[in-house]
Amino acid sequence: MYRKVIFPVDLTHVDHLSKALQTALDLANHYKAEICFVGVTGTTPSALAHNPKEYEAKLRAFADEQGTAHGLKSSASARISPDPTIDTDKTLLAAIEDLGGDLVVMQTHAPTALDYVWAGHGDTIAARANVSVFLVR
Amino acid sequence: MSEHDDENQQTEPSDALPEPEGASDIIDTDYEVGQDNITPKIGPFGLDIHNPVFLFSGIVVAAFVIITLAFQNQIGPLFTDLRGFLTSSFDWFFLMAGNLFVLVCLGILVSPLGKVRLGGVDATPDYSYAGWFAMLFAAGMGIGLMFFGVLEPVYYFGTPWGDQPLMRDIGIVDGVLADPAAVEAARLTAMAATIYHWGLHPWAIYAVVALSLALFAYNKGLPLTVRSIFYPIFGERIWGWPGHIIDILAVFATLFGLATSLGLGAQQASAGIGFVFGIDGINDTVTASVILIAVITGMALISVLRGLDGGVKVLSEINMGLAILLMAFVLLVGPTLTLVTQFFGNLGAYFSEIGALSNPIGREDDGYRQGWTAFYWAWWISWSPFVGMFIARVSRGRTVREFITCVLLIPTIVSAIWMTIFGGTAIDQLINTVSDSAVYGYVISAYVPELSLFGMLSELPLAAITSTIAIILVIVFFVTSSDSGSLVIDTITAGGKINAPVSQRVFWVIFEGLVAAALLIGGGLAALQAASVSTGLPFAVVLILACYALIKGLLSEPRG
Repeated sequence: MYRKVIFPVDLTHVDHLSKALQTALDLANHYKAEICFVGVTGTTPSALAHNPKEYEAKLRAFADEQGTAHGLKSSASARISPDPTIDTDKTLLAAIEDLGGDLVVMQTHAPTALDYVWAGHGDTIAARANVSVFLVR
Repeated sequence: MSEHDDENQQTEPSDALPEPEGASDIIDTDYEVGQDNITPKIGPFGLDIHNPVFLFSGIVVAAFVIITLAFQNQIGPLFTDLRGFLTSSFDWFFLMAGNLFVLVCLGILVSPLGKVRLGGVDATPDYSYAGWFAMLFAAGMGIGLMFFGVLEPVYYFGTPWGDQPLMRDIGIVDGVLADPAAVEAARLTAMAATIYHWGLHPWAIYAVVALSLALFAYNKGLPLTVRSIFYPIFGERIWGWPGHIIDILAVFATLFGLATSLGLGAQQASAGIGFVFGIDGINDTVTASVILIAVITGMALISVLRGLDGGVKVLSEINMGLAILLMAFVLLVGPTLTLVTQFFGNLGAYFSEIGALSNPIGREDDGYRQGWTAFYWAWWISWSPFVGMFIARVSRGRTVREFITCVLLIPTIVSAIWMTIFGGTAIDQLINTVSDSAVYGYVISAYVPELSLFGMLSELPLAAITSTIAIILVIVFFVTSSDSGSLVIDTITAGGKINAPVSQRVFWVIFEGLVAAALLIGGGLAALQAASVSTGLPFAVVLILACYALIKGLLSEPRG
């Protein structure tokens, strides 16, 4: 039913993503789908990487590691945004469309009062993406 | 989305991958971007802020505002005197430093260092030329050109206060025009002296800061914050108090520079509105100005929430379009042919007088050199952390040569065109109708600088429409400044992170509006603006060190 599962990943928070990651891996496994890890990075140095190139290498390493460990076809796509604070959702939506994913699995948080004003990334993706979105709380 | 870093530093050891061969020369430091950040939660808002830069900056700014409000009569003269003392005692230093920055930029431009690409050899630009140029111009001097475009050339042409450039003869004395040859000479001096203040020198100041920030962030891998420039000089110590102080000073200069300009700008804009729409006494109370501050802050807030692409960039492009429209209009209905021929003469005069105008010693034109040039240099320098940081933010992927061409040479030409058209038209009105002209009334017989532009426009056709466009331009330029300024302050106070929660930017936008409104209501705008301009002196020293760091940093980069 699904051929390509997109898993947006924030490499600084990998340890918070275990439940969503497991869900994505299980679904990919079940449907014999490819899993594609998408990350959005800023143009400036961060704790994770000095530049977008280094970030991409780390993301690819992460994707390879997950693919090998679970016997899945995996890929990575690093997207650069000059203003990730605001444009992460927009960049992710463009990536989902671009990469031709047909299922998005994403970690999100339980909604708080603030979400009525500023929705979390998962909420926005679920509201706007053309494909199925599975939010894991 | 908020709690991170501490635990993640263990899961993500600092095993930075070795850089692909020759892409750029990463500085090897154990410091990680955001390692000193704290992530408190205030109500539903998660923050990600540098400790202690965020808290100190906030507290220092708040304290200054309170003290200024409480002791206005003592503080006001203190800061104004301080600024006066700095510009009159250190004028030679400011002028010398300005010359040094121009020479450094031009030297880099023509040397092989110009081939270095910001972001490493494979980086591609984030923005098109048009979008990039619109943003750097809006941040750099859009608002200044609106204010001084008519004022400055007319002032130098006919100042009755004896502060003409190089002590040359002025073109109009006691309301009587000099002979044609003397008028032409005075006009050329006035234009050269004006373009000098808006040409190579200010842009070189911005270029040095912006280029250094971009180089040390994109190529060397250090956080995008002012302290990073000084790594070659202070080494690992920049992560401690020397670096904190540099960053806090940058926040201080930026926030006060912006807030006080916003307050004074709102008064000017409301004076313009009163003039155009015939509302007498609009500035008798602060109501109109406070409403304008609220409107500008509100628009900046929307722009901030729309991000760089959807906010500042769009506004800058709209402004660029409007400014070109206004300029084309003045050119067409003004003395078109005269202006076109004058442009080359003005540029020629600028280049032939630049030596005399920028000479730091042995001059007698104290009023011009100290009151205008040194003041401007201090002003540009105090704005340079803000403008430089913003330019750096949008310049990744350009080569150093492209960068200097677009940040130094092209803006100089654009400023010269602007000054020729606005100043040239005003001087033409002055020559034709002498003391009957509106600009004579606002600049020479009385001094009402905020109305000089509107005075010039009032003598052209469709004055109501063009003046309204001018007011919109002024307001939108303030919105872009407030927006890009908050972006910069947020990045510095988040230790160089550009993905900090959006609530922090919202905080700085509102804080800036509140500071402006408080000072406007309570008094002290001019005093604190003097204080922020005074930061120009320490920053001038800091920028000279930055030149050294910049060249040293560029030398170790691959040139591909």
